[in-house]
Amino acid sequence: MPATDILQTLQETFFDLDAMREALPELLTVGLPNTLLLALCSAVLGTLAGMVLAVCGLSRSRWLRWPARVYTDVFRGLPAAVTILLIGVGLAPVGLLLWGPNPYPLGILALSLIASAYIGEIFRSGIQSVEAGQLEAARALGFSRSTGMRLVVIPQGVRRVLPALVNQLIALIKESSLVYFLGLLATQRDLFRIGQDQAANTGNESALLLAGLFYLAITVPLTHVVNAVDARLRTGRRADGVPDDADDDLTLAISQEAR
Amino acid sequence: MTPTAPGTTPVPGSATAAPAGSPATGVATRDVHLAFGAHRVLRGVDLDVAAGSAACVIGPSGSGKSTLLRCVNRLLEPDRGEVLIGGRSVMADDPDALRQRVGMVFQHFNLFPHRSVLANVTLGLRRLRGMSRDQADATALAQLERVGLRHKAQVRPGTLSGGQQQRVAIARALAMEPEVMLFDEATSALDPELVKGVLATMADLAREGMTMLVVTHEMGFAREVADSVHFMDGGRVVESGVPAQLFESARSPRLQQFLSQVL
Repeated sequence: MPATDILQTLQETFFDLDAMREALPELLTVGLPNTLLLALCSAVLGTLAGMVLAVCGLSRSRWLRWPARVYTDVFRGLPAAVTILLIGVGLAPVGLLLWGPNPYPLGILALSLIASAYIGEIFRSGIQSVEAGQLEAARALGFSRSTGMRLVVIPQGVRRVLPALVNQLIALIKESSLVYFLGLLATQRDLFRIGQDQAANTGNESALLLAGLFYLAITVPLTHVVNAVDARLRTGRRADGVPDDADDDLTLAISQEAR
Repeated sequence: MTPTAPGTTPVPGSATAAPAGSPATGVATRDVHLAFGAHRVLRGVDLDVAAGSAACVIGPSGSGKSTLLRCVNRLLEPDRGEVLIGGRSVMADDPDALRQRVGMVFQHFNLFPHRSVLANVTLGLRRLRGMSRDQADATALAQLERVGLRHKAQVRPGTLSGGQQQRVAIARALAMEPEVMLFDEATSALDPELVKGVLATMADLAREGMTMLVVTHEMGFAREVADSVHFMDGGRVVESGVPAQLFESARSPRLQQFLSQVL
């Protein structure tokens, strides 16, 4: 087959503008809102639960530390697809009683469980990186350990891991596509599902490629937000006289782990 | 062992200028012991700081000076022994309440880098003393004025020099109107040219009649400002006295040796 034919086939498969045009309205009005809904809800819940996990993981009580440890190991260790199916299908009868046949609540729950395990570790490493003298100074003023953590240590720890946190949110946006396992009605489909359906129906991948472009349109700007935040932390916040390298190494290590 | 504290008579004039709001209170330790595992850091420390006087604790590193200081406000709990403030044991007190009465300044300042200088000083006032924002700001600005840094109230601590940061830390502690101030090698982390300003602030405070327990390597400060000097070695107070006596006619061979190395 001559090279021009190959090129033409590839172009028709991936860059069929008519197929894209056909999929665009649904991607915009159904897929995009649904993907954002899934990602935002699980991001908020996952961040809140992650903070609880981090605090429990740093507690002096083993009855808080151990459950946090086990939880983190389980949900970081399981493939996302397994967790989503176990929660989304396994708990479906319960969900049916509570809110009817909508797979979203359980999908969001499963995504939040996964995200919180990672985010908890991110927060924990950030909080741990705050010098012991900070809590000591707060306690010397008369603050209890928990108030000192809340007012002084945790705010600094979170600041140090913001880039890693945003990385985790990017992962979450991508993972949200896995809720298609739970069976979605036409109006519940997210970006991936709409693109994939169209591709399956027509044997043409252009709609899926367009869906991919939508993901990039969300995640790439976020990546640059990370870099901007990171740069600002490097240049703007040198408040404690600690050499820059100490923090940068930590942030780097964490963001690599998150990837 | 109960070392008499011959040097604890307040210097003349100091009694007339007690810091506003807090009548000077004496502080003492009785047979304080503390071990970290098998390492016995404090082996029965008795120390008396008379109300309104400044006591310096000197000694080689590892002698337990900083550990002793942390026992006084119970950042570390002694295994045995007592801390007395105003003649009363504080061992049964709520430690958080106790620490509100005892200010502490650290070697590495430990200012909160994510809060402005002003917010560093007002944090305790607002959250622990329950002051309104206006009240806390006014109190904090007065303390910053006293250490000469009122004009830096709005900046982050990271933009200040080490000496300025330490003076903010002193203002932060003083704002809580402590009865006693603890200084843990407050100038050890400073560049030489910044030491003087911090020591001057501390000397002012001593002159005003604040009860101070100062762990320091600044022998000049101990000699000129302290009412009493206590030499620690191996977790005990080996020798105490007024500065002149201690520095000019040390009795114990260990102190003589130490002084010959540092002076």
